Amino acid sequence: MTPDFVSSSLAIVAPELILAIGAMALLLIGLFMGERSAPTVSGLAAALLVGAGLVLVTVTPDGVAFGGSIILDPFARFMKVLVLIGSAVVIVMSVGFAERERFDRFEFPVLIVLSTIGMMVMISAGDLIALYLGLELQSLAVYVVAAINRDSVRSTEAGLKYFVLGALSSGMLLYGASLIYGFTGQIQFDAIASLAAEGRSLGLIIGLVFVLAGLAFKISAVPFHMWTPDVYEGAPTPVTAFFAGAPKVAAMALLTRFTVEGFGPLTPDWQQVIVFISIASMAFGSFAAIGQRNIKRLMAYSSIGHMGYALVGLAAANVSGVRGVLIYMAIYMTMTLGTFAVILSMRRRDGVVEEIDDLAGLSRTNPVMALFLTILMLSLAGLPPLAGFFAKYFVFVAAVQAQLYGLAVIGVLASAVGLYYYLRLVKVMWFDEPAESFVPMAMEMRVVLGAAALFIFPVYLFVGPSIAAAAEAAARSFF
Amino acid sequence: MIDWPILSLVTFAPLVGVLIILPIKDDNALARRNIRNVALWTTVITFVVSLFIWIGFDPSNPGFQMVEDSDWVGSGIRYHMGVDGISMLFVILTTFLMPICILASWESVQARVKEYMIAFLVLETLVVGVFCALDIVLFYIFFEGSLIPMFLIIGVWGGKRRVYASYKFFLYTFLGSVLMLIAIMAMYWDAGTSSIPELLQHPFPAAMQPWLWFAFFASFAVKMPMWPVHTWLPDAHVEAPTAGSVILAGILLKLGGYGFIRFSLPMFPLASADFAPLVYTLSVLAIVYTSLVALMQEDIKKLIAYSSVAHMGFVTMGIFAANAQGVQGAIFQMLSHGLVSGALFLCVGVVYDRMHTREIAAYGGLVNRMPHYATVMLIFTMANVGLPGTSGFVGEFLTMMGVYQANTWVAVFAATGVIFSAAYALWLYRRVIWGVLDKDSLRSILDLSGREKLLLYPLVALVIFFGVYPMPVFNATAASVEALVNSYSAAVHAAPALASAH
Repeated sequence: MTPDFVSSSLAIVAPELILAIGAMALLLIGLFMGERSAPTVSGLAAALLVGAGLVLVTVTPDGVAFGGSIILDPFARFMKVLVLIGSAVVIVMSVGFAERERFDRFEFPVLIVLSTIGMMVMISAGDLIALYLGLELQSLAVYVVAAINRDSVRSTEAGLKYFVLGALSSGMLLYGASLIYGFTGQIQFDAIASLAAEGRSLGLIIGLVFVLAGLAFKISAVPFHMWTPDVYEGAPTPVTAFFAGAPKVAAMALLTRFTVEGFGPLTPDWQQVIVFISIASMAFGSFAAIGQRNIKRLMAYSSIGHMGYALVGLAAANVSGVRGVLIYMAIYMTMTLGTFAVILSMRRRDGVVEEIDDLAGLSRTNPVMALFLTILMLSLAGLPPLAGFFAKYFVFVAAVQAQLYGLAVIGVLASAVGLYYYLRLVKVMWFDEPAESFVPMAMEMRVVLGAAALFIFPVYLFVGPSIAAAAEAAARSFF
Repeated sequence: MIDWPILSLVTFAPLVGVLIILPIKDDNALARRNIRNVALWTTVITFVVSLFIWIGFDPSNPGFQMVEDSDWVGSGIRYHMGVDGISMLFVILTTFLMPICILASWESVQARVKEYMIAFLVLETLVVGVFCALDIVLFYIFFEGSLIPMFLIIGVWGGKRRVYASYKFFLYTFLGSVLMLIAIMAMYWDAGTSSIPELLQHPFPAAMQPWLWFAFFASFAVKMPMWPVHTWLPDAHVEAPTAGSVILAGILLKLGGYGFIRFSLPMFPLASADFAPLVYTLSVLAIVYTSLVALMQEDIKKLIAYSSVAHMGFVTMGIFAANAQGVQGAIFQMLSHGLVSGALFLCVGVVYDRMHTREIAAYGGLVNRMPHYATVMLIFTMANVGLPGTSGFVGEFLTMMGVYQANTWVAVFAATGVIFSAAYALWLYRRVIWGVLDKDSLRSILDLSGREKLLLYPLVALVIFFGVYPMPVFNATAASVEALVNSYSAAVHAAPALASAH
């Protein structure tokens, strides 16, 4: 192992290194400053994530590190930027909320940073070892975060539930990975792909299916979605906001790289699995959300549905499909963060509320908040001219190109069902008589909500071409 | 030739009004008056500017004019705008009806005036955009986007069952449109472009056409609305505020007919020819059945809503007759219906504002107290029936003439529908206007106010003018319609030759 090899590798993983060293430093700072250090550590953690993002975008070169374990290509860069933004925004949004709800521990931002490192490894994973390493680092940090409010029964229940089910899925994934290794003798995705091209074996397919099941759990796709509503509802809201954003982006990136790069020659085999998961998620997400009264549960079902739509792009398995996945995840994360800024601000004088009916008449008590949430909801429903429409457009256009007409038709019909429950929020806000008003939004929530909603409409109409071009370039990493 | 982007200007001018209204707080009467004034002037100026489109329009050119084209949202979607003889007059109709809608809401809307005016201005932008868009995805964006403000207009300012009506409206039309979106994507991959002028030249494979045709049909038939997917319309009309009904009947329904003429007929000529009998059947059913249903209505607005469905039956019938008379008649019928049904809803609004009921039984003998109103209502009722000399006659006559050449029986049934329409319209008029004024509640009812005259008299003038002298419309549409019909029949006649060559 030459020093040259190490130094070139280190340059590629520089952002991860910065985060890892920074996270440890933050842990020390937190320890020395004691109980009241949460706001400081949070601020520093957010700055750290932004700094790592800048390093990633400006100085880190494209390339392969550690003999192919870690890959940094335009695809990874695109997804990593999303993950960093998602984590940083959640940390910013959590400070005030955690303080009021009395779980303002400095471990929270540190764990988020650690989890973010895991996600970045996932996104860059070039072999099965890195895949598992990244996934577990991400998951372990997230299990703890789910139970961060350790005095609350619901939060600890959510953490435990997530842990048990997550461990199960990790087990499946590991079992699948070992089968793949056993039948090919390779751990690197491109080596697996070249062997798979020569001929497929049943063991390899079984291994593939197991790994897909494990990853489907992470993106909470049907039929591995059972944990989502309970964990979303039980976990403290900033944690839910985190779950709904960055980890899904990372898992989707990993799923994309694993299938397209590692199993490109076996596309017809995994394509049918993805098509099934996608249809099931879209349909289940739409129908199950209709009856929900709790807005966090609603967002859980909505996220299940949205993962289904993103998978439509992956099912297409072509350049426009991967491009669609990238655009979809970017827009999905923006909409989710904006929506959670509202949910985090649903607070009356006597405490936090989480029911949809608590939004009644919001258009009169807080018109700006209502307008922005309306934009986000209609965008989640996929209505033009909002960004959510373009997200759906790009994945469905890829599915039609791949001649998956059935998938596309079922998808748009599911989106019509989904429209029904998103409209309900709009209806509650605009048509119903006002309920008691919320306490004024905190400044950071206003900024996040305003930025997210204005990005969805109208800013996306202007920056859309550049995002689409970046996603196109990123998608070409695989083809 | 005009070299500034007049179409973008007309499309987005209402948004300027929105930006002016946004910072105003509507918490006192003065602020509300300011908001109304801004909205009114914005729409009036937009209308005046849009007249320059007509002035600059070259009627001898069958192609698209005043084209603007620039790259946008990647993936081949372009910001591509332009008008031809088919779409140009719809733009004018939209900009013309908008100030009327604003004026019609002057006194009847007192709650949340700011949001109301913003919704209408945004709606105007989106609807004008639909008619101007020359990129099929851009078209879809405007087409679907227009649902959002209309949903809010019905849901926030509507009547008792407004939530039900607004949901029904939104979900029906959305469900129809998403299938069209898939078809648009399939067309994009087949033709490699989303530009409408290029798609019009592209011959779609005969095997693909029926599927695409049905996907578009699902969307436009709901929008039109055609029997049996018309049931959202009476609900939406009854619950919507007066101006909402005017826009719905006057403009939004025309999006369906426009879509048939712009996409279904020229892009899928073989499928259109194959499925024309289906459209004829549904059209005739709509004309006869909904006319009979209208006869039995207790609610004035519902009656007019059903009569709209019947009149749209003439439009679909004329379009799929696919000859110059049929298509010209359909366009004329749509424009005329935009004026007449809009005016009828305004007339309902006039009495509703005074009495707060739309029950036919609550009225009677209005002529005694409201002679001006009775006259105006009579003219519009006659136009609705299709009396010669009003604009309603020209469209109905031409569509029937067109369809007679294609299928005699359809014309026969449609003609019976005209009789029914006379029956329900005249009976409505008799029950509301004639008779003795014996209801106490009506004794002090007042005739048209100055504002209402300002709304209705221009419509009276136009309805009679176009009934007597329809040439301005035909001059504008003739070249484009002729090109459309020629390319259609060429494609249909080429098909058997193509099939036998194989």
